[in-house]
Amino acid sequence: MKRAEAIRTIVNALDAEAVIHATGMISRESFSVKDREANFYMIGSMGLNSAIGLGVALSCPSQRVVILDGDGSVLMNMGMLASIAEASPSNLVHIVLDNESYASTGGQRSISDHIELERVAAAVGYKYTKRVESLKDLSDEIASIWSRSRPAFLLAKVEPGNEEKIARVSHSPVEIKERFMRSVQIRA
Amino acid sequence: MNTSAVLKPDVVSIPSKEFCDALERHGFNFLTGVPCSIFNPLYREIKNRPALPYLPAVREDSAVGIAVGAYLAGRKPVVIMQNSGLGYSLNAFTSLVMIYEIPFLVLISWRGYQGKDAPEHILMGAKMLGILDEVGLPYIVLGDQDCRVEMARASETLERVHKPVFVVVRNGVLA
Repeated sequence: MKRAEAIRTIVNALDAEAVIHATGMISRESFSVKDREANFYMIGSMGLNSAIGLGVALSCPSQRVVILDGDGSVLMNMGMLASIAEASPSNLVHIVLDNESYASTGGQRSISDHIELERVAAAVGYKYTKRVESLKDLSDEIASIWSRSRPAFLLAKVEPGNEEKIARVSHSPVEIKERFMRSVQIRA
Repeated sequence: MNTSAVLKPDVVSIPSKEFCDALERHGFNFLTGVPCSIFNPLYREIKNRPALPYLPAVREDSAVGIAVGAYLAGRKPVVIMQNSGLGYSLNAFTSLVMIYEIPFLVLISWRGYQGKDAPEHILMGAKMLGILDEVGLPYIVLGDQDCRVEMARASETLERVHKPVFVVVRNGVLA
């Protein structure tokens, strides 16, 4: 499946979840499919969206949190998988779009072609882990993800490459912050 | 803040209980970080403080990311780190915290102060304040004035500048 199809499937299934996006094409593609106030687009600090997601999840237990991640991002900060599993927030789902490459810098190979990140997540103690390779399987998993034990980890293998002319996120970082805070703290 | 005033060579000791009272008084309610031995007395005190919950982080940049998430969700965070963690977390400050304008308190220990420490701390001990100045991060060196005054200033600055404020802690200042 293409990453854009995967993102569309995920985004169309969202309700009021706060979604903490990895930097780069994942933020941009999600923004292009459907911009939401509860989307946090992280434009720098690669690898830290999982940390941000944990901070939100622990601080607001009634808020469902999705970390929308990439393989390069997870590999850059694999220690965070341990932190998330140890803190064990039940309101958190960690989705990884694994294209085995760094799409935002020219498609260089990442090492997730040899590393099964979902097994790493299982080993450190995520309560549910799953790998999907087809759009149908992704769609089925997304539909039932909040009925799984959590924190849950869902890895979707996607094809490398980018759609043409993906827009950049047009909101400033401060705007992203302010509207995200408004949307999360309504539920606090 | 960030004055070039001469730092008094003899550190004045502040009881951790008093320091934690100040943290609570100013509404800080979410702590994360990676330990430094200079903060041992502080760590012992926060164990007894349900109002100051602490989440251990695996590295200082992750601690900063967690603090950002806590702030976005309405908490008032504190990050605790040894100054060796400043290098690890610098990109988190320059490409996340400062561009999204996220304020929180950073308690940072000053290993290598006055060039007296193990070799791995000497360079950062000498350069830390200069690095914070270069990047534009405000700091207070704890122990030069009444800690209640210093904490009030730190808290007020946080509200005003929408940036993290570093409270720099030398060995022996927190007892």
